[in-house]
Amino acid sequence: MALMQERPQDGTPPAQTAPAAPCLELDGLAKSFGRGRRQVRVLENVSLTVGQGEFVSLIGPSGSGKSTILHLIGGLLPPDAGAIRMEGREVTGRKGLISYMPQSAALFPWRTIEDNAVLAREVAGLPRAESLALAREWLAKVGLAGYERAYPHMLSGGMQQRAAFVRALLSPQEFLCLDEPFGALDALTRQDMQQWLLALWEANRRSVLFITHSIEEALLLSDRVYLLSGKPTRVLRELRVPFGRPRAEDVADDPRFLELKREIYEEMKREQARQETAAREAAPPAGRFGFRR
Amino acid sequence: MKKRQLAASLWPPLAALALLAILWQLAVSLFGIASWILPSPGRIAQEAVSGFTRMQEHAGSTIRLTLLGFSVGSCTGIAVACLLHVIPGAKRALYPLLIVSQNIPMIALAPLLMIWFGFGLLPKVIVITLVCFFPVVIATLDGFLQADPVMRSYMNMIGATRIQIFRKLEWPGALPSLFSGLKISGTYSVMGAVIAEWLGSEKGIGVYMLLARSSFRTDRVFVAIVWIVALSLVLFGLILLLERLLIRWKPASAANKERE
Ligand SMILES: Nc1ncnc2c1ncn2[C@@H]1O[C@H](COP(=O)(O)OP(=O)(O)OP(=O)(O)O)[C@@H](O)[C@H]1O
Ligand SMILES: Nc1ncnc2c1ncn2[C@@H]1O[C@H](COP(=O)(O)OP(=O)(O)OP(=O)(O)O)[C@@H](O)[C@H]1O
Ligand SMILES: [Mg+2]
Ligand SMILES: [Mg+2]
Repeated sequence: MALMQERPQDGTPPAQTAPAAPCLELDGLAKSFGRGRRQVRVLENVSLTVGQGEFVSLIGPSGSGKSTILHLIGGLLPPDAGAIRMEGREVTGRKGLISYMPQSAALFPWRTIEDNAVLAREVAGLPRAESLALAREWLAKVGLAGYERAYPHMLSGGMQQRAAFVRALLSPQEFLCLDEPFGALDALTRQDMQQWLLALWEANRRSVLFITHSIEEALLLSDRVYLLSGKPTRVLRELRVPFGRPRAEDVADDPRFLELKREIYEEMKREQARQETAAREAAPPAGRFGFRR
Repeated sequence: MKKRQLAASLWPPLAALALLAILWQLAVSLFGIASWILPSPGRIAQEAVSGFTRMQEHAGSTIRLTLLGFSVGSCTGIAVACLLHVIPGAKRALYPLLIVSQNIPMIALAPLLMIWFGFGLLPKVIVITLVCFFPVVIATLDGFLQADPVMRSYMNMIGATRIQIFRKLEWPGALPSLFSGLKISGTYSVMGAVIAEWLGSEKGIGVYMLLARSSFRTDRVFVAIVWIVALSLVLFGLILLLERLLIRWKPASAANKERE
């Protein structure tokens, strides 16, 4: 498969071969929006790593700043504090280093689906004919055969999301950042896509940072999971997923899987309760909008 | 299906027009209005038919001038919009001047242009250019600003350069807006050509109009007006056609058709 970088596979799980320089390292990132009384502290102190060829998921409450983290990694926004390193080099604010799938499909309405799928390769200056052939191949694999020449408005939300997913997969950068890639899919299609991504990833071991709201999805796909708190956001917990590779299809029925899932769920509920009490205490009657200073 | 829609959207204004013409005809004959003050529609139609060959020559000259001026004007407009958008700070510095330039009355400027550039084609083309480049500049600049911020951040994050963002995102996104500007300036440009011909020309609908007025042939003035309106409509239609050809991706196209 041409789109995945060749890497020697020695069969050992990536966690044990973790090299000195991880693929991505976030060190104490902080970010606020607005200023003065309207300031919203979104990220307080976020540190995490993604090893070479590792699949890492982020889970956190809605509005906790997961998409913002990707925007910081992509160099779209400058962090207020902290550093972003890729393979040991400081890359804070540098653009164009990641393959990225935004939370909304953001397909270009004047491009056909296949032209959308090759956009990132086009921007990187790769030859067009080769890109188009790849795009057709991969669009068919996600069930969009026959829609190559359609315009985005002719596709349903879930189909657009799959097209955006192919666009990210085809991007030439080795590090893949996916923002809720399967959020708009029905349960069955979602399961198919998860299994498909799992097989694809296990064959190629591209480094992935994966944002999801589904605890199950995170446990099914990842090597490690980071659980984020609500705003102002920290890493609540880092969790190594104890299942080997290739991951069995029925791993979701494993009692350990269910136990982990319950644990994460409880932790998230505790965090939610903590947020609510904090909000109640911090908000005097005047603080109508609940903005903290 | 499409033909039926077109017919359905055409007949109400045509019927209204016919009704108006009938009222006009009745009023003229009922009150006995002299034809040099207000000719009847019948009389105008008669003159339009009998003077058709003579008018053709004048109209040909006007059409050539219009097309030349419109092309130069809109290309200038598009180029100016692109430069203002791409060069940092240019828009802030020049946008107010552009707006001020539109408040200079053409009637005052046109004779000056003649003094500076003589009686040839150049001053006439400049007049039309001045008339039609403004709507194009404003509409195109507006279109550039309307680029979807999510797509813009996507382009930024995958490392697109400023030029790539312009070519792949801002330019295609501005096309519908650009065409709105072209439609306005297209209709203005016929009027611009007529005004330019008043500056001094041997042929053209503008010249014909001047002659007709000075000999109190009001019916001929009306014939000239009908020609101007018809030319504007044809030009508008051509621009619309070009838009349909170039912008096929529009999800709103269905809604568009209903509106027309
Ligand atoms: N440009 C901005 N200006 C102001 N506030 C912003 C901006 N971008 C994000 N925020 C705020 O940052 C917070 C986190 O936003 P973000 O989109 O990162 O959340 P998220 O974790 O991705 O949520 P979700 O799971 O719902 O997608 C939100 O409360 C939002 O209001
Ligand atoms: N304007 C259009 N032109 C052509 N095909 C269209 C158009 N709009 C929708 N379709 C087709 O109709 C089907 C249903 O689309 P719709 O958006 O209603 O799906 P949906 O059930 O909402 O899916 P999802 O759960 O992914 O949002 C899709 O296969 C799509 O390709
Ligand atoms: Mg988000
Ligand atoms: Mg839908």
